[in-house]
Amino acid sequence: MFEKVKEIIIDQLGLDEDVVIERSTSMMRDLEADSLDAVEIIMAFEDEFDIEIPDEEAEKFDNIGDIVDYIEAKLN
Amino acid sequence: MKNRVVVTGIGVVSPIGHGREAFFQGLKEGKNGASLIEAFDTTEYTTKVAAEIKDFNPELYINKKEVKRMDRFTQFAIAASKMAVEDGQINFDSVDMNRVGVIIGSGIGGIQTLAEQHEKLLSKGPGRVSPFLIPMMITNMASGQVSMEIGAKGPNTTVVTACASGTHAIGDAFKAIQRGDADMMFTGGSEAAICELGMAGFCTMKAMTTRNDDPLTSSRPFDVDRDGFLMGEGSGIIVLESLEHAQKRGATIYAEMVGYGATADAYHITSPAPNGEGAARCMTMAVNDAGVEPSAIDYINAHGTSTPYNDKFETMAIKTAFGDHAYNLSVSSTKSMTGHLLGASGAVEAIASIMAVHDDFVPPTINLHNQDPELDLDYTANVGKNKTVNYALSNSLGFGGHNGTIVFKKFEI
Repeated sequence: MFEKVKEIIIDQLGLDEDVVIERSTSMMRDLEADSLDAVEIIMAFEDEFDIEIPDEEAEKFDNIGDIVDYIEAKLN
Repeated sequence: MKNRVVVTGIGVVSPIGHGREAFFQGLKEGKNGASLIEAFDTTEYTTKVAAEIKDFNPELYINKKEVKRMDRFTQFAIAASKMAVEDGQINFDSVDMNRVGVIIGSGIGGIQTLAEQHEKLLSKGPGRVSPFLIPMMITNMASGQVSMEIGAKGPNTTVVTACASGTHAIGDAFKAIQRGDADMMFTGGSEAAICELGMAGFCTMKAMTTRNDDPLTSSRPFDVDRDGFLMGEGSGIIVLESLEHAQKRGATIYAEMVGYGATADAYHITSPAPNGEGAARCMTMAVNDAGVEPSAIDYINAHGTSTPYNDKFETMAIKTAFGDHAYNLSVSSTKSMTGHLLGASGAVEAIASIMAVHDDFVPPTINLHNQDPELDLDYTANVGKNKTVNYALSNSLGFGGHNGTIVFKKFEI
């Protein structure tokens, strides 16, 4: 799951493949994503995993670990 | 006292070549940009030909992340602007960026983005429409993105006058420097409408050529068999600069810009006014603005769309504006080579006109094998020619009845 999430973020933000992304990485603080990027990345997760991520949930994500945990919980 | 305005940089992305040198070369050789459309399946479209750009790699000019956040028309504008910076050898460290502006016209803006996202709206619902739809689609974003790319903090606007957008943009930028609002302006036009929605709209208007069996002869301005325009795409950007500023930094000067006219037909949404009345007044206005007699004009880069009406009425307009001199001057339509770049057409044709005064060369109207007997000017059929060009004039006429004319002069101190 973490690898898939990472792959989507790299693709959406046009990052180099060797960028360091860990559970503690923040898209906005560490990867220079702006608020519009964040919205589009959330949509990409919704498409990929066929889930709904309500805005109020998405707003709580602080780092990539939070996102991975949320998606895993949702899928189970 | 008005500032003198000169052209000091040229960038172009076009169906007949990218960059100043390739574009000039293409115009001189009579290069043909037409081909069958490859961007999408044209089976159900009445027009299957266009002057498509097939070799454009945006990542040569824009970083990967930004490429995804820009419509194709903005990508073209950024690429052409970067070429213009390089061509003009501009070092922004020694320029007051608060006095550098951008005015880039586009007729249609981000129609490909709009179409893609509308499809998403219908198939997946409103929650899946990209947050980048609006900032990618809006027509002013080429001017906005170019300002961010180069750090230009002066006047920044967009002109939307259909097929006259590029010409009006350049005219407005010229006036901004003349009156002292800016030292340097990046100006021109950009367009990328060769997509399903764009082509379908023009197809049902019956405005385009349907010469699908012979793409290379589909754009044939002033020819008796002309049957509509050939859609093109791309961007032309020029750097206009006050003479004083250009001289101070030792810039290469391609031409001086001396005149601008803008009028309206106030007649019909798509048809030009009978006899080209609005276009004639526009040319006269631009020539007056240049402060010369009509007989000073050596070359007219015509709007010359290859539609039955345009070429007829524009010819009448030239005769009205120039009288007997209409028969002495050279006319050509470079749309015979590039296709019709809609809102970018005036920009690439301004560049063709700049070439004419700089190189003393009149580019040809290719595919002109059976000149319409009703049209009796010298359209520079098929082969360009060396000719002293002191003044060149470029016309653009847009849906909505918008007319624009700009005048360039050979630069002399």
